[in-house]
Amino acid sequence: MPDINTLNNFQLLEYGAWALCIILGVWMLTDMLRTDMTYSEDLLTSSREGDIEDALVIDPTHQGGHR
Amino acid sequence: MTQTTAIHGEKISLLRVLGPGHVWALGVGIVLVGEYMGWNFSVGKGGAIAALIACWVAGLLYTCVAMIDSEVTSTVAAAGGQYAQAKHIVGPLMAFNVGLFLVFAYTMLEAANAITLGYLIQTVGGMMGQTTAGGEALVLHDKPFIVLTIMFLAWLNYRGVYATLTFNLVITAIAFVAIIILFFAVRPWSSDVLQHNELLTGLPYGWIGVIAALHFGLWYYLGIEGTCQAAEEVRSPARSLPLGTMTGIMTLLIAATMTWFICAGLMPWEYLGQAVTPLFDAARLMDSLPLMVLLFIGTIFSTLASANGCINDASRAWFSMARDRYLPQWFGAVHPRYRTPYRSIVFLVPVAVLFAYYAPLDQVITFSILSGLLGYTFMTFNVIMFRRKWPLGTIQRGYVHPLHPLPALVLLVLCATTYFAVFLGYGTQLMAMMAFFIIASLWFHFHRYRYVRRGDQFTMPWPRPLGDY
Repeated sequence: MPDINTLNNFQLLEYGAWALCIILGVWMLTDMLRTDMTYSEDLLTSSREGDIEDALVIDPTHQGGHR
Repeated sequence: MTQTTAIHGEKISLLRVLGPGHVWALGVGIVLVGEYMGWNFSVGKGGAIAALIACWVAGLLYTCVAMIDSEVTSTVAAAGGQYAQAKHIVGPLMAFNVGLFLVFAYTMLEAANAITLGYLIQTVGGMMGQTTAGGEALVLHDKPFIVLTIMFLAWLNYRGVYATLTFNLVITAIAFVAIIILFFAVRPWSSDVLQHNELLTGLPYGWIGVIAALHFGLWYYLGIEGTCQAAEEVRSPARSLPLGTMTGIMTLLIAATMTWFICAGLMPWEYLGQAVTPLFDAARLMDSLPLMVLLFIGTIFSTLASANGCINDASRAWFSMARDRYLPQWFGAVHPRYRTPYRSIVFLVPVAVLFAYYAPLDQVITFSILSGLLGYTFMTFNVIMFRRKWPLGTIQRGYVHPLHPLPALVLLVLCATTYFAVFLGYGTQLMAMMAFFIIASLWFHFHRYRYVRRGDQFTMPWPRPLGDY
């Protein structure tokens, strides 16, 4: 790990960008794992082409989160 | 943690929240970066006039694409776009290949955009002129910003389609307005600034240069067909998709012609043909700081919008194939809260990062163009089969394209010419790509197709097809 006092502005920017990459990546992976563990596979893969209009659609925002 | 299971009849689907403006933003957003950079390599291949011919010939090609696509998509309102069309009209093997064309075309384009954005940030860093204590010039490396572009846009896509495409609408509109402002700033009604008479020097490489220019002429419009990937997320597909697509191609025809007019009147073809950011260079030649800032912002925004739209489209194509079990069904999941194909979005992130990190830009662009071109070739016989199997009047269409089969035949001829143009510069890549798709087709035919539920694939409420099919 480099000493932060010896870093120039560009290196700080680069490390900042890498840090953001890690935060965003970890956020997506964590959310994906949490979602996969919370909901059943049948439910998560229940989307079917063509029957969107007719089926009862879960919408957690409007139906109590379904958790 | 509680296990939430499906109660009888409950389903999670993609959200229908988009309007025609979002469709426009998806199509134009993917493409507009081609006006800011890339198109001008066609000038290098055959001179400025060859680039104009390529601009209009490619414009004709894409007008055919947009018309054909609008008609078919207005009846096949499913995520996956041309993949879903192929599945219903041609057959499973074609559909599998078309799905791969889409994923490749958009993932490669996303990687190319990320590389470009990294390069722009590195260039700005260089222009700042920072030095070390010893007077040595500091370099801002592009790699962290390449990866950050992909990660940020994937995160945005993961969180929901409405915010993603509203973001695209805003930044695409700003990038388009920037071109219009530059057009009026160069005073096209006079020859005070523009020097077309002096700078247009005919065809330096003759007509073969015109054909070679077609390769990069596609860059003006490549990706407009991506609008139909939003078919399952627009509120009124039969109306919104043709409206968004047709206004999109009109926007691009205007932007492409303006771009050529500005740049060809300001820069000699020898320079323009190898410039990295021609529109930004045009603004610099105007010696106006506000114009330079505006066009720089336009360049950044158009690149971001393109990568953003590509993530959206590639993930929908991958998701649709998985939902039909053409790929492992695991990828066919929808996020219960954000209502996006979240596993497909996450899976394609490392693929894009790998190409953006290690592959050279021109190779990545060529793979994208080739995949797109294969998709356009499919559209020609797809629409002919569509009209023969389901003639006008047998199913409801949101849009009927005129002069059928002329647009399909014109598209086929132009595709053949462009294959030749690509072969002139990148024959090895063309062959490698063909070999890859042949091997993938064999894998699908002999291995993967046994997992597909054949009866479930045909989802549109159409009557039985006519003819001996």
